[in-house]
Amino acid sequence: MARTLKLRIWRGDDTTGALQDVTVDANPGEVVLDIIHRVQATQMGDLAVRWNCKAGKCGSCSMEINGRPRLACMTQVSAYGEDETITITPLRAFPVIKDLVTDVSFNYKKAMEIPSVEMPADMKPGEPRMQQVDVERSQEFRKCIECFLCQDTCHVIRDHEENKKSFAGPRFFIRIAELDMHPLDILRNRKKQAQEEHGLGMCNITKCCTEVCPEHIRITDNAIIPMKERVVDTKYDPIRWLGSKILKREDIVQN
Amino acid sequence: MTSPKLDRYKYDVVVIGAGGAGLRAAVEAREAGLSVAIVCKSLFGKAHTVMAEGGAAASMGNVNDNDNWMVHFRDTMRGGKFLNHFRMAELHAKEAPDRIWELEMWGALFDRTKEGKISQRNFGGHEYPRLAHVGDRTGLELIRTMQQRIVALQQKDAKEFGDAEKFIKVFAELTITEILKDNGKISGAYGYWRESGDEVLFEAPAVVIATGGVGKTFKITSNSWEGTGDGHALALKAGANLVDMEFLQFHPTGMVWPLSVKGILVTESVRGEGGILTNSLGERFMFKYIPDVFKDKYADNEAEADRWYLDQDNNRRPPELLPRDEVARAINSEVKAGRGTEHGGVFLDVSKRLSAEVIKKRLPSMWHQFYELAGVDITKEPMEVGPTCHYVMGGVEVEPDTAAAVGVDGLFAAGEVAGGMHGSNRLGGNSLTDLLVFGRRAGMGAVAYVKSHGANPVSEASISQAAARIEAPFARTGGENAYSLHQELQEVTHNLVGIIRTESELVEAIEKIADIRKRSANISVTGSRKFNPGFHLAFDLDNMLLVAESTAKSAVLRQESRGGHTRDDFPGMNSTWRQVNHISSFDGEKVSIKAQPLSALPKELFDLFDIHELEKYMTSEEIAKGGTN
Repeated sequence: MARTLKLRIWRGDDTTGALQDVTVDANPGEVVLDIIHRVQATQMGDLAVRWNCKAGKCGSCSMEINGRPRLACMTQVSAYGEDETITITPLRAFPVIKDLVTDVSFNYKKAMEIPSVEMPADMKPGEPRMQQVDVERSQEFRKCIECFLCQDTCHVIRDHEENKKSFAGPRFFIRIAELDMHPLDILRNRKKQAQEEHGLGMCNITKCCTEVCPEHIRITDNAIIPMKERVVDTKYDPIRWLGSKILKREDIVQN
Repeated sequence: MTSPKLDRYKYDVVVIGAGGAGLRAAVEAREAGLSVAIVCKSLFGKAHTVMAEGGAAASMGNVNDNDNWMVHFRDTMRGGKFLNHFRMAELHAKEAPDRIWELEMWGALFDRTKEGKISQRNFGGHEYPRLAHVGDRTGLELIRTMQQRIVALQQKDAKEFGDAEKFIKVFAELTITEILKDNGKISGAYGYWRESGDEVLFEAPAVVIATGGVGKTFKITSNSWEGTGDGHALALKAGANLVDMEFLQFHPTGMVWPLSVKGILVTESVRGEGGILTNSLGERFMFKYIPDVFKDKYADNEAEADRWYLDQDNNRRPPELLPRDEVARAINSEVKAGRGTEHGGVFLDVSKRLSAEVIKKRLPSMWHQFYELAGVDITKEPMEVGPTCHYVMGGVEVEPDTAAAVGVDGLFAAGEVAGGMHGSNRLGGNSLTDLLVFGRRAGMGAVAYVKSHGANPVSEASISQAAARIEAPFARTGGENAYSLHQELQEVTHNLVGIIRTESELVEAIEKIADIRKRSANISVTGSRKFNPGFHLAFDLDNMLLVAESTAKSAVLRQESRGGHTRDDFPGMNSTWRQVNHISSFDGEKVSIKAQPLSALPKELFDLFDIHELEKYMTSEEIAKGGTN
């Protein structure tokens, strides 16, 4: 049984755009992305939307549905009331290119600023031996599908363009944590870099990022808080601080 | 309309497609000192490789040390029903382990064995546990590792040369509409930015096509919107050939309900981990569908099949783990016979063999997918599944060692878009290692070509021709709607060129595809050039039509059933047909097909098989010859 759905969709860009009302049919079991595609095929041939896998695996169809950052392919229409109007808008933390498509290049720039994994120089392919329990910590963060919903919801940058320069955002805190906990990575001081170069200190642990993560990665509890604790240990514990100065071996206490 | 802006770039190599194969090719070319443009239709890191779930097949022998490249080679040839290009299957089997170990050096974190090595799991058609994996999100690990490897190389260039994009630049959300040729060889590629509609010219002596598959030509598919056969069509138009386009893999297990998720993949790992298939009568039906060629390797009773999970040396494998074509046909037959589920599928159940905790750990994205999209808890209840168009075995005809496209100097192809490697049916897990093995080889091939040939300037005539084609749909008004034509094409392929085919239906399909192609010349586009999906689809559709034509025309000629090509009117496999490849070529008007002899197995590979097994596939003359020297 099809139902008739009332939508308000953002059309246009940041400066000239506006919400536009649309009425469209919806079938049982459909997700918001299906509805957007129907609107596209029948009423707005040039409605811009990003999507790829339609199975919650690629993280392309990120948008805000009734103000909440979500993947449109994983949002059931049936979650909304019969008479409810569903409002669909582009991610607010990024500049709108057109309709539901935003310029997410900020994230690719930040990715470039984080030093890549560095293997021990004498290690040969096929040699690594790691226990499952040791890879699992990083594996949790490597589940990230780069939908950037965590970046979108993070209040440090959501309405604060000025913070973007000095703040990498939750997606890249888990990237740093992933490398920091990677059993083979030899690069030291990743936590310190997170604090000093990527704005870890600006996060005040409201856990909004964890709440919107479609992969249910415990961004705050498992990545951000442990890194903050370690940084605090080194920075403010007087004995560790003294030790690091005397030994000039910061990484002894960094780990 | 004012003429759009044209951005011009010069590179040594242009790689079209940023999935596993394209990125691996780019890494190889950069490491040899060449400059590379990586072009992709989506954002960087979203390629369809991300959808691969089960794993990457490589005979590392970490779980069963009887495994080696020869066993893997045999399995691949069997899976492809001996229509594979032997040399590709050989290179793949030999080089796959190195490509996996290399990923680990680039930061990939695979699941581990107790000894701390890379864990390997069972999969359909593979004799030993062979698939390196990360839960059921192996493709994500592969694409992210390759993406991060590209970033690492860019960081190195930034440090050394002060410019991260000096050697590698990623051009995301850019569609290539034409591969350019001047003086009879590759001179570059032309396309448009999806965001602005502005046009882009790449001048480059070598182009690597790594565009993946064609699934969107079909109605029910596991592929995303990107799988529109762009590389297949670009290659055809540039004068290259496609080989064996009749072979399409219908993955046996796609979701069937709700409607909106119909076709989305349910990983083969569900069966690898012990999932069983039953019909609406509760019968475990796969025992009825073991073909003669596989009778000695698959259990014909439940007791033995169940014992195999505990003791693989003394029991035969459960028939749920037959190659994909066999399982897809079996499911299709059960549903047709009226023993399907309410929504036209069969049941796949893993809840009886594994605990909820183990299921969530080994199949996390499957649990998530069914729970969130279908309201089904797979730790407690069975899934409903049915066949979905998943993979095209056919593709660009290439030289195995260099991945060079036959007939076009400077053109290379790797990954799903290349043909030959998988024969008539691909084994699960062989795709991810195919991407890496032949992505690297395509990179090496392009490097050698560029070093020996140098630049080949693009002529103004090539540019204006390519530009005119992009402008055309905007110049028309009141013409055909690209969305409607796409739907029509999908109905034709689904109904007439689908999992079971007959001559009359294929002939009808060829006529209908020709008609849609004629009408597609009159597509008009509304709105501006700026991020306009209607405009984008007009070009994608043109590619899908060429793919569909190649597939239907190859399929009507092949009078036998083999792998991903099943003819109702010719149900058996025929040894004479095994010696034939179908080559599609394009004259600017239509696709024509010619039969070409398949390269015969050389003696050293022939001798890897039991002669009695080969007798099931080969003619007596071939057997008597015993391979070539």
